[in-house]
This record gives sequence, structure tokens and C-alpha cells, in this order.
Amino acid sequence: MSYVIEGETGDWELVIGLEVHAQVISKSKLFSGAATDFGAEPNTQVSLVDAAMPGMLPVINEYCIEQGVRTGLGLKAKINLTSVFARKNYFYADLPQGYQISQYEYPIVGEGEVILDMPDGSTRTVGIERLHLEQDAGKSLHDQHPSKSFIDLNRSGVALMEIVSKPDMRSPEEAAAYITKLRSILRYLGSCDGNMAEGSMRCDVNVSVRKAGEPYRTRAEIKNVNSIRFVHQAIEYEARRQVDLYEEGGQVVQETRLFDANKGETRSMRSKEHAHDYRYFPDPDLLPLNLTQDYVDAIKATLPELPDEKKERFIRDYHLSAYDAGLLVADQATADFFESVAKGRDPKMACNWVMGDFSAAMNRLGRTIDNPPVSAANLGGLIDLIADDTISGRLAKEVFELMVETGKAPAVIVDEKGLRQVTDTGAIEASIDAVLAANGDKVEQYRSGKDKLFGFFVGQVMKATGGKANPALVNEILKKKLG
Amino acid sequence: MSELTKLTMAEAREGLKAKRFTAVELTKAHLAAVGAARGLNAFVTETPDLALERAKLSDAKLAKGEAGPLEGLPIGMKDLFCTEGVRSTACSRILENFVPTYESTVSGKLKDAGAVVLGKTALDEFAMGSSNETSAFGPVTNPWKRKSDPSVKLVPGGSSGGSAAAVSARLVMGATGTDTGGSIRQPASFCGLVGLKPTYGRCSRWGIVAFASSLDQAGPMTRTVRDAAIMLGSMVGYDPKDSTSANVAVPNFEAALTGDIRGMKVGIPKEYRPDGLSAEISKLWADGIGMLKDAGATPVEISLPHTKYALPTYYIVAPAECSSNLARYDGVRYGKRVEGKTLDEMYAKSRAAGFGKEVRRRILIGTYVLSAGYYDAYYIKAQKVRRLIADDFAKAFETVDVILTPTAPSAAFGQGETDDNPITMWLNDIFTIPTSLAGLPGLSVPTGLSADGLPLGLQLIGRPFDEETVLKVAEVMERAAGFTAVPAGI
Amino acid sequence: MSLDKATVKNIANLARLEVREDELDHLAGELSNILQFVEQLAEVNTDGVAPMTSVAHMELPRRRDEVTDGNYPERVLANAPERIDGFFVVPKVVE
Ligand SMILES: [Mg+2]
Ligand SMILES: [Zn+2]
Repeated sequence: MSYVIEGETGDWELVIGLEVHAQVISKSKLFSGAATDFGAEPNTQVSLVDAAMPGMLPVINEYCIEQGVRTGLGLKAKINLTSVFARKNYFYADLPQGYQISQYEYPIVGEGEVILDMPDGSTRTVGIERLHLEQDAGKSLHDQHPSKSFIDLNRSGVALMEIVSKPDMRSPEEAAAYITKLRSILRYLGSCDGNMAEGSMRCDVNVSVRKAGEPYRTRAEIKNVNSIRFVHQAIEYEARRQVDLYEEGGQVVQETRLFDANKGETRSMRSKEHAHDYRYFPDPDLLPLNLTQDYVDAIKATLPELPDEKKERFIRDYHLSAYDAGLLVADQATADFFESVAKGRDPKMACNWVMGDFSAAMNRLGRTIDNPPVSAANLGGLIDLIADDTISGRLAKEVFELMVETGKAPAVIVDEKGLRQVTDTGAIEASIDAVLAANGDKVEQYRSGKDKLFGFFVGQVMKATGGKANPALVNEILKKKLG
Repeated sequence: MSELTKLTMAEAREGLKAKRFTAVELTKAHLAAVGAARGLNAFVTETPDLALERAKLSDAKLAKGEAGPLEGLPIGMKDLFCTEGVRSTACSRILENFVPTYESTVSGKLKDAGAVVLGKTALDEFAMGSSNETSAFGPVTNPWKRKSDPSVKLVPGGSSGGSAAAVSARLVMGATGTDTGGSIRQPASFCGLVGLKPTYGRCSRWGIVAFASSLDQAGPMTRTVRDAAIMLGSMVGYDPKDSTSANVAVPNFEAALTGDIRGMKVGIPKEYRPDGLSAEISKLWADGIGMLKDAGATPVEISLPHTKYALPTYYIVAPAECSSNLARYDGVRYGKRVEGKTLDEMYAKSRAAGFGKEVRRRILIGTYVLSAGYYDAYYIKAQKVRRLIADDFAKAFETVDVILTPTAPSAAFGQGETDDNPITMWLNDIFTIPTSLAGLPGLSVPTGLSADGLPLGLQLIGRPFDEETVLKVAEVMERAAGFTAVPAGI
Repeated sequence: MSLDKATVKNIANLARLEVREDELDHLAGELSNILQFVEQLAEVNTDGVAPMTSVAHMELPRRRDEVTDGNYPERVLANAPERIDGFFVVPKVVE
């Protein structure tokens, strides 16, 4: 699929790269023992180190290193056995040290890749440039006071993974699919909760446009775009802006822009206008981080099955379509739920139920997979009742709704409501005879060629049996009688 | 002058144990000396009440036989160490009213060892200087006087000049210093003291206001080598809060003072004899070599070929680190704030008003050498040369056990006597900086007087974490030199 | 390297140090002198020499992931030049 912006001078292609800041799941901060929980009272989860008091020194959290390595492995990336923490120097009110401890020349993780699952079932590979560990800054609140900004350092020093993609995406959809997939991988790994609303995953979007076959043109960096929908909007707006600029004879300048979600547009960040010069240099308070291959291998051995592998297995073992498998594996709990439903049953049927009525009920009731409207065991039980002809597929939908309502097992509902399917040929035959007798004229019409009436007879029989007659038997006997 | 203030730490320790006097008496005697010597400006902040309280506690501990190694001994704390509840300024306007809510590891260890801290001693602003004239709270005066003109106020050296002056004037028995390029050793030499900069990583840097992180190291300043050994023992040790703190065993430094250096090889670097080295210093050095020979050691000429590049290397590395370390003084969370219309204006005004000339100069140089396009040419180049300098030492230590050099190129000079060129002042550290760049232990021991009656020191440099050898040799020299001179009025 | 006034101004801005216009000439001269002094390093052959970042011959120590610090806002805010409701306060930042 190709996404182009049709301009007056021809078609324009988008070039998109993403820098995602993913908050590492850890109890304490990257270089201090303060807590990382979201939503605490201002300046409570702050150590003297995080507040950059004079003489304070960083000591690295071993679990954050492990999380970085784990994520790198999940991104099929090269793990660098030696990496270096560097200071990125700049002044900002919520950056207490006057520098951010980050990694620059020597990141902990090198090149890797993410495979996008596009809505049409196709896949695309996006390269990962690097992943590095760094500290988060604090938080500035600009809306609390007419002439002041308030600073809360609770976030200061929380570990982040900055994951930088190659400029491999060509449409807003690909960018969205990239974030979705990256988030899915991080969640599988347990290295980031991917919660964009709480800021534990934040995106900087690099956008440029070019004519087909051209080298890259100047890009603009849109900072802190904090939902997938906004990423989509920001890219569309920014690409259009750049195309218009070029077509009016203008030039795109390399700059940092801000996405205004209310207006749906990007604008230049004036406060960041003067050129940055971060004066990176190795942090003399820290030594190079050396890892052993054994250490990396031990982490590798604990990696869970990741979405791509799971998807492959679902296709292979359950014979699901790529599309279905992709949907199921996007969320690990959903995939697990599916697997317990599918165990010993028809996987296609399990998939249809999980992605169909079950998902619909979950959305309708605002439930999550961890608190499902119907347990996997009960949903499996329902599928069993269909498979052994106890109920028809049509009745099963009714049973399912009753299961959601009452929480009862499907067999119980079937028994209580007397919904057990009639497979007694004698009873069905009697019912058919009665229907045919009562509709002599229609029988004539059918026999003289009006085939469509067959459905009418089936309907009448089902109605007469309260929907419980086995549809296959009804068809078979009807055909014989009308013969 | 009370007899009690003339005691060394080792002597006072015995006196307290023998109950010849109490810790309170010892403290009061020193507090009186502090009060009488305010003209030296050695202290930025005096803490007599805390001192007396601590002395009482010491007496109780002594009575119970629970005395720590420094129990009841009055010391001074360089005002670069953050001390809980006591203003800690780094002698900068920007921290003029800063009261830490925490205690630096080293000052905490000294207190735990029983030391009685009389107050915070002055320094060059943020430890940047070699004369104590860059302090925001005025210069410190060296208690020593020129024979030729006792009216001239001399500098105590720097940056640990307040500590040096206080120990030299018998206001305290010992004091902490910090040394980045010579800030313990040069003032020790100027004030007739023993000053030891331990191996980088020996003392925790946690809670010490940072100047240049890869160089800063705390150490003792005392009147005798034995006292340096005693005090050092209570300052060192692994600190998990400092990622560059070395997890190495802490020896009994005092036990190293055996007086036996027979068979030891002492390196004499030929590059430390630059043109223009004064005859006085040359002779001091030659005398020192003689003392070691007499004690059975063998002088060996060695070469440290990159010595002349140490100063330029240092003046890239140290300002670079300082420019970043001092970025936190922005008027947001603590320290001086000068209001501005915008955040950037507030920063620029606060920092311009809060930092003195030398600090500003070093921040600007450091910012420049790290900036885009210059980083490789200056910073990376300097870090490469730094390795060559360290390698020179490593090679020398394949053949020698310790290295002997002058500590400083001259005796103490007069306040305001240096010209306006900062490099002239920097040359004071020409013999101490290479050691700092290599992270090695270095000690200055007083071994003679200048023609004008001022103390002069020699520097001993050891292998990494071999403070014991340095102390052992220093004690032999101390004894041989018989340095008994004291400042006027003591 | 000889620094001009514009460069000094730019460095001062990067370092957030207010410098008066009439100080620039003097500063430019002084800083240029210092740079000239340190530039003698150019004569040292450093081919194949790895830059030294630390003299400490040790591995980077790592801490366990435990909450061992923080939860003392009073200690953090004790020296704040300006504070409101537990926040540090600065002049309004416009983005
Ligand atoms: Mg970035
Ligand atoms: Zn980042």
C-alpha cells in the first residue's frame, strides 16, 4: 500500500521516523532509590540525588539495565557489551542537574527491527536504530498560576528507554502500527506498561516529505505526541504543511515542533528556538557499563514468546489466518485467553467467538481481558455444546448473552431454559409433516420451481420446535419430503 | 596560646585516654584559639555549640571506654563538605545560605570516629584556585610571615587554604581538604603541614560539592605524618553511594609507619626540574633525596615524559567537568536566585551574581571545549594525553616504589601579588596536577624553610592505593628533616 | 584559537551566565589566552590512544531495584528560593 500526498507538482512521499521514550518498569529510579509510582504528591518520590543537591552521585539500578537488555533482545537487536553513560547538558526548570544522564556514542542496544502488522494483514519491517537508557526529567506545570510555573520532581530520574527507529515508515498508518506493535512487544516483555495517557510511553515524530526516488529532505521533529490518534493527525498535518511549503517555493527548516491537539496542528516551539548544543561527554560519576555474554544469554533464556513468534505458531498450529492470528497476539492476555478457549476445540471457532461476541461484550461492558465477561472455561464449554450438536450456533448466541448476564455455565443455562437441540428424527419429521400440511399451497409453488421457499419451510419448522431442532436434520428431512 | 592547642592528634589521643584533660577542655582551648584568630579568616562558619555538645559526648564515650579513633579531637571541615544543619557554602555567593539536609560520607565518618568539628573552613570558591583569594567571603591569611617583611599578608595556598591556615595556626588539630589538582598538597606546603591526597576512589565523594568529578578527592591536613595516618583511617572506605568509590581493604595506616625504608627505590623524575625552578626548591629537593639515601633508600632517576602537558590537560578536563557539575546551581531548588522576567533570564542573572570571576571563567572554558565542533580537538585530545600521563606513572612504578618531587614551585606568596593572568596562578599546581590526573596518592611533607623563613614541602607519590608506602616514607623524611618551625606567635 | 565576542556571547548563553557587553572584549582576550595555552596538546602524538574517562580501575557498581530513598519532601524543598503547595516555583515558562 502506498500513501502519497498529491501536490500540484506531483506526488509526495512521507518519510517518518519515531523516537519513543518508554518508561522502564522498575520499583526505583535509574540512579536513585526513590520510588517510581505514578500520581504521588508533588516532590515526595524524590531523593536528594533526583533533586541534584550538591555532592549527590548516581548509582545505577541493575534491574533497569536488565530491562534495557531484555527489550533489546525483544527487538531482535544487537546488545552492546560495553556502553557508556554520557551527560546531555542543557538548562530547564525540571532538569535538576542541568544535564540528563543518557547514552550517546555508546548505547546499550544497537540495531534491531520491528515487524508491523498492517490492517490488511500484510507486514512491513521497520529498522531500529538504537535503544539507550536515560533519566526522565521532572514535570513542569504551567497552568497553576498566572505568572509562575510549578516544578514537581517525582519523575526526575525515572528510567527511560529511548527507542529510535530508522526513517522507515511511509504513512501515518505505518507509524500507528509501529507504536501499536512496539507497545505490544514492551508489554509482553514486561519492560514498559505502554500507558500513553500516563506518559509512560511518549513519542517524538520525525517527519519529512520527498518526491519518489529523492534522497531524504529536511525533517521536522514533533515533540511529545501522546496518543496514537494524535500521531496520525500530527503526521498528516505536518506532511501537508511541508508539501504546501515546498510547492509555494519555500523550504522546510529543521526544527522542533509541538502538536496542538485542540487545533490538530503543529507549530514551531519558540522556546527551543536557539540552537541546542548539548555538549555530551562521558559522565565522570559513572564508569562504562560492561556486560558479559553470559549475562545477556541468561536474560535471553527468560524471554517470553513474543507476538511475532506467537503469531507464527497460531498460524501453524491453529491454522488461523495471518489477520486473525495478528489480532489475537496483539495483547498477551487475549492470546492466552484464546489458547485456553481453543484447547482441544476447533481453533477457528474459538477465534471467532473470542474476537466476535466475546470482544463485543467486553467492549460493551467496559471489561478487560483480566476481568472477562465470560470465563475462558465457560466460553470453551459453549463451543463444546455447539460442537456436539447440543445447541445450534444461532441458539449459542442467546446462550452466550445469558452467560454474560448470569455468569452461569452454558450447560446449566441450556438445561434450565430447555434449549437442548432436538435431534430426534421422529419428532422433527412430525413437526415437518405438520408444517407441510398447513402450507399446502406453498408446497405446490415450491414443487413447481420456486426453490426459494425452502428457507420458509426451515423457518417454520424451527419456529414450531422453538429453535431447538437440529438445523442439519431439518434440512435433510425437508429435502427428502419435498423431494 | 594554650598548651593543649600545641598537641598533635596522637598526643591528644593519649592525653584524653590518660585523663590528663577532657575533650571539653581540649575543645574549649581550640575554640578560644579560633576566636583569637578571626583575623586569619580561616573559618566561614564556626559551630562552637555543636562542638561543645560533641565534646561532652566524647567525654562520656571516653569514660565508658567506647572512644572512637578520633574521639574528642578538634578538627576543621572544609566548607566543600555538606554538613547536615550547618550552612555549606563552597565559599560561593550562590550557596551562601544553603543548609544541607544531609551529611557527606567523609564528614559523617569523621564525626562517627569522634572528631569534634569546630566549624567550616574557607576555600577558593568551589575549590577553584590556589591562593584562597577567589572565596566569596574574603581571602584567608597564612599564619606564617616573611622574615624580611612580617607585615605582608601571605596566602595560605588553595583551595583548602582555610583548613591549612587553621591547622597551621593551631586552631584545630587537623582538617579536611579536597584536592582536585593540588588543593591539599600546595596549601600544606605553604603552611608547613602534612597534606595527603589519597588515591582516587579511596574517599567517598558523596556529599562533597563537586568541582571535577574524575579528579576530586578528599584527604587529611595535619601537622604530622602520624596524624595524617590517624585521620585518613577515619575518612576512607567503600561507599555504595559513590559509583567511583573503590571497594578495597582499609589498612591500618598508622601501622605502616615503621620507619624502615631500607632498600626502597625512590623515583626522581627529571621532568620536574624545569628551567626556572628556583635554587631554593632545587636544594630542598636535593636535601630530601639525601634524607632518603641516609635512611637506606635508593634514588632512581625516572622519566615522566608527558609531565609538561599535564597542566594544559588539566585545564581542559577540569573546566569541562566543572561546567557541567555547576549547572545545577540555577536558583530553582536551592541557592541564590536573582529574579528575571523569564526562566532563562533568571538563570543567567542568578549564575552571574552567584559565581565569582574564576568560576565563571572556568565554566566558560569548560563549555567551550565541550561544544560542538571543539569536543574532539580539546576534550578528547586531553583525555588521550591524560592516559599517556597515567601510563608514564604506571611505567615508572614498575621500577620504583615511590616518587619524590617538590610540592610547589615556590613558598607562599603575598595576597594580591600575582598578576592578572590566570595561568600564572595555575602554575602553582604544576607538580601536583600530574598525580591528580593519574589518580595516584600524593602527600606533601614540610622539610625545610625558605630563605625568607617560609615553609616548603616535598611531594611523595605512590602507587594506586599504596598510601601506606607514601606515609611510611613521609614519616622518615619528617624525622630526618626535623621540621620544628612554627608560625610567628605560636 | 582566538575567540571573538560573538563566540563568547554564545558560550555564555549556553552556560546561562549573564555577561555584560562591556566585559566581552576582556573575556574574549582572556579565554583566547587560555585556549592558546591548552592548545600545546596538539603537539602530542596520541594516535591509537584511547581517551581516559576515569582513573578508577573497577566495574560500574549496580544497586538492587529497591525503594530505599525519597519520601521526604521537606528535605528536598528546605532550601527552595520559592515554593507553593509542595512545588518548586519558577517564572512562567511559555512553550
Ligand atoms: Mg531524542
Ligand atoms: Zn531521550
